[in-house]
Amino acid sequence: MQLFDELKTLGQKHIKADKKASQKVPSGLWQACPKCHQSFYYKDLGQYKTCPNCHYGFRITARERLGWLTDHFEEMDSDLATTDPLNFPNYGKKLEKARHLTKLNDSVLTGKALINEQPVMLGIMDPYFIMGSLGTITGEKLTRLFEKALKEKLPVILCTASGGARMQEGIFSLMQMAKVSAAVKRHADAGLLYIAVLTDPTTGGVTASFAMQADITLAEPRALIGFAGKRVIEQTTFQRIPDDLQDAESVQHHGFVDQIVPREDLKEKLAWLLKFHQVKEVTHG
Amino acid sequence: MASLLDRKKTAAQVVALARSDEKIAASALLKGIFTDFTELHGDQEGADDSAIIGGLAYLAEQPVTVIATNKGQTTEEKMQTHFGCPEPAGYRKALRLAKQAAKFNRPVICLVNTAGAYPGKSAEENGQGEAIARNLLELSTLPTPIISIIYGEGGSGGALALACGDRIWMLENSTYSVLSPEGFAAILWKDSSRAAEAAEVLQLTPEKLLQQKVIEGIIPESHSQRRLCRAIRKVIIAEMEQLQRLKPAELLEQRHLRFRKF
Ligand SMILES: [Zn+2]
Repeated sequence: MQLFDELKTLGQKHIKADKKASQKVPSGLWQACPKCHQSFYYKDLGQYKTCPNCHYGFRITARERLGWLTDHFEEMDSDLATTDPLNFPNYGKKLEKARHLTKLNDSVLTGKALINEQPVMLGIMDPYFIMGSLGTITGEKLTRLFEKALKEKLPVILCTASGGARMQEGIFSLMQMAKVSAAVKRHADAGLLYIAVLTDPTTGGVTASFAMQADITLAEPRALIGFAGKRVIEQTTFQRIPDDLQDAESVQHHGFVDQIVPREDLKEKLAWLLKFHQVKEVTHG
Repeated sequence: MASLLDRKKTAAQVVALARSDEKIAASALLKGIFTDFTELHGDQEGADDSAIIGGLAYLAEQPVTVIATNKGQTTEEKMQTHFGCPEPAGYRKALRLAKQAAKFNRPVICLVNTAGAYPGKSAEENGQGEAIARNLLELSTLPTPIISIIYGEGGSGGALALACGDRIWMLENSTYSVLSPEGFAAILWKDSSRAAEAAEVLQLTPEKLLQQKVIEGIIPESHSQRRLCRAIRKVIIAEMEQLQRLKPAELLEQRHLRFRKF
């Protein structure tokens, strides 16, 4: 509830899900669900920030998710910083703001975690860090996560949240898709487990790479999961597309999500899956 | 490379030339580079996408597998191929044929000219993201040489899915970028009319990409399609020779390092 501790303006009654929602962490006494459009008193969203009506999981920072998902966490690679390879105008300022907002060096938090006493390499993408976009440091941190998991023979759990490629890093952002994919493959070829948890939103180049390469793919209720943006599809095809085309439930219906797990149940579900895949020492007679 | 140095084109000019109607068609490349091309259709999962043509051919008397994106030439073909934007079935066909190539130990040659993977309702439903993701995953360790030539537009993940192998060359008048200059300008500046400026910022020309080690080389274009095909052919044969000298483990280690450096 740390976000609400910072709440200063008690006069605010309604915070609407506005277009810039992705750029600021919501604060205010009232929260409107962007999916079912009902408004709730913030306390009603509970510890997990989920909609009491439709179970949609509100966008939360990586550090907030970390708080209730793990029992112990050792962060990795928090000192890496992008070189701004295109010298993109105002990118530095944007990064600085994102770092301040999320307390991260880039759009993913990575490290070694314990979930119900089981060790796992954990990555959590942050939708508030430039829309969770895939930059060079995001890709580097994820690659190192899979490499370390391979070395230590550990499973990987990755909670995705991303608007896709980091435009400000151009082709280098695109290269991250191939780089991380190769690391996922090496980890997979060693017989190690990878679980992806698709959270709102998981789109573009992240969907077209590591979000869709797991052994087991979970998703949060009503999370937006897709490749192309809705507006791009409508402008290209001159077709109106249904609102729920890219909801987790539709994506599951079409066969690309193993299970939809409400946020309240996520830790237990992951713990169960980790335990299920635990390598048992075989004793030969 | 003389023509590159003779007169320097702006990024926007390169974009226009990459998209030009004059650009050599997939069918002409298949005919001009290879011998005895024979097409293999379908992803064997229920669909056949005409935006990707795949098949078998000889190159310098060696069997190879060819995968080419296809923008089509007639209006009907253009509609059918969504102007060269593949559906998930296209990427699945490409992967099926690439795996077949590995089984029979023949190189995979990809000819890429696409604005990107098709953004449509059916593409979403059929798992466009998953199809590209699977190509990236599987091709990263496919034990046979994979050479890609970007001959027009190299649009984002839709191009990367066919350009994630051992060598990537680009024609002089081609582009490779994370998204189109128009899309880039619209998203970042809310003004798609600034596309020319976006093309510069994106650094999507072969020259820039060569400097950044995203590609291995640039093939000059000429007005003669025959001469162009001969130039491409020469590059592919030279690269094939080099890659075929490597042991499978060396090939895959090099491929890994090729992308690990970014
Ligand atoms: Zn709701």
